[in-house]
Amino acid sequence: MSETNQNAQGPIISIKEMNKYYGDFHALTDIDLEVNIGERIVICGPSGSGKSTLIRCLNRLEAHQSGSVNVNGVELHQHMKDIDKVRSEVGMVFQHFNLFPHMTILENCTAGPMWVNKVSPSEAHETAMKYLKRVNIPEQADKYPAQLSGGQQQRVAIARSLCMNPKVMLFDEPTSALDPEMVSEVLDTMTDLAQSGMTMIVVTHEMGFAKQVADRVIFMDEGKIVESNEPIAFFENPQSSRTKKFLSQVLVH
Amino acid sequence: MIQDTVTDDVLLRKPKFIALLFAIFFVCFFIFDPSRSIMGHLLEPALGDPEQSGFYGRFVTSFMLSAILVLNLLAISFIPHFRLQVFVVWIELLILFLTFFYSFDLSFVFIRSKIGFMVTQGIFTTLYVSAISIVIASFIAIIGAVAKMSSNGFAFAIASFYTSFFRGLPLLMQVYLIYLGLPQIGYVIDAVPAGIIALSLCYGAYMTEIFRAGIMSIDAGQWEGSRALGFKFGLTMRKIILPQSIPLIIPPTGNQFIAMLKDSSLVSVIGVWELMFLARTLGNKTFNHMEMLITAAMLYWMMTMVLELIQSRIERKYQKRQSR
Repeated sequence: MSETNQNAQGPIISIKEMNKYYGDFHALTDIDLEVNIGERIVICGPSGSGKSTLIRCLNRLEAHQSGSVNVNGVELHQHMKDIDKVRSEVGMVFQHFNLFPHMTILENCTAGPMWVNKVSPSEAHETAMKYLKRVNIPEQADKYPAQLSGGQQQRVAIARSLCMNPKVMLFDEPTSALDPEMVSEVLDTMTDLAQSGMTMIVVTHEMGFAKQVADRVIFMDEGKIVESNEPIAFFENPQSSRTKKFLSQVLVH
Repeated sequence: MIQDTVTDDVLLRKPKFIALLFAIFFVCFFIFDPSRSIMGHLLEPALGDPEQSGFYGRFVTSFMLSAILVLNLLAISFIPHFRLQVFVVWIELLILFLTFFYSFDLSFVFIRSKIGFMVTQGIFTTLYVSAISIVIASFIAIIGAVAKMSSNGFAFAIASFYTSFFRGLPLLMQVYLIYLGLPQIGYVIDAVPAGIIALSLCYGAYMTEIFRAGIMSIDAGQWEGSRALGFKFGLTMRKIILPQSIPLIIPPTGNQFIAMLKDSSLVSVIGVWELMFLARTLGNKTFNHMEMLITAAMLYWMMTMVLELIQSRIERKYQKRQSR
């Protein structure tokens, strides 16, 4: 983590008064958010509240229309030349894994380092195996994604992102598409990752994970950040009535 | 298509259906009056001269033919194995066609004397013109497909104009336009290259749509996954999207190749010595037109069957890969 400590002073992600529209629909309204290095943030909220859209704006899978998004010191905008560099430093884990089905697990993990970072095949192989061990599936390296369970595929997706040595990891509902019995293996991997000091922004409905891992929990509704607090205060003493209602709905089970 | 595990009763086990089938066959035969056919001659001992047998002959021959046909179908329906059943039906249909051709009273000596040249010159030319054209068309199609999906108005305009124009004109006209039109602007072109250009451009236009559909059918998540890793457009296309589209593109492209094999006959009009050209010219001197046309037809058909076989092999290979 010596690399990340170099600019430990400033926030790694800084969003100011960001607005996003889909045509006439105002998807995100005046978002302000700063994320410091090593910080672990969980974003929750009802579906359609804009939480996925928000983290997709952080590596510009989605464009914002006004305000500013600054990632690792680079301002994101339409005509930027170095978006691929930013993206290679921001790992993203998707709800539906988005592994490349025509490539083996190992090839999925070595592709990014070899094609983007121009790492030698042997080094990429070594890195890939290191992270596949870390997510506990080194023995599946030569299989294809379709041969793995959902939980295993998601862990491969995490390993694939880690192989790029990202400065920050984004998780877009990583357990929502999984069978219930596979959720915990993915959450365990993410908890392990959090403990290693990785900067993480996680969109999830897993409130247990939020309580255990998050430094800060953000609640969004209708495209706005409604509430942002540390987990104990967030869960035990929610401020807004909308948060209270949401929590009463998700914490029932 | 996924077969249901529960099958309906075999229709040919139902007496009503068999009776209906017989009735339909009978009516059809009766309308066409088969009394002067081979069947009429076979029944000559019973009917007398087929020409004179009249209504009675017409009735009996129709009845016999319908009965034979229905019995044949019934027999086939009792063959237990799917493949064997298919084989028998194929052979029967083939025999029917061959008797049809045989009835033209063809000169097989003439065919035998020419077939060597038709294969070495005709098939060879047809195959290489088609093969080169399909390769060029594929390249055009990739570029066209990307251009048609691009947000660049210039690229989209050129690609859509191209596909519209070359799909909108008859291929025969394109062959003429290129062969006769290019010399007008001072560039004299040989018949073979002109034919290849025409076929490539025309099929490139159709295949642009095939490639576009293949690329579009890849899940958006694949684009996002690649993009999130920092892959640029070309890399994503080459390494992620196209390898996944190819199994989808191959069957319709194989289909296009088979179609092109026969459309390449159109370049015979500008004097390329391919199969169709030879079929028209070789028989001219001795008035053996039918011999050459039927020979060429059989050669086209055989080439197509070989290609269909290859295509199904490739398809199976990709299916295996996907189910891995």
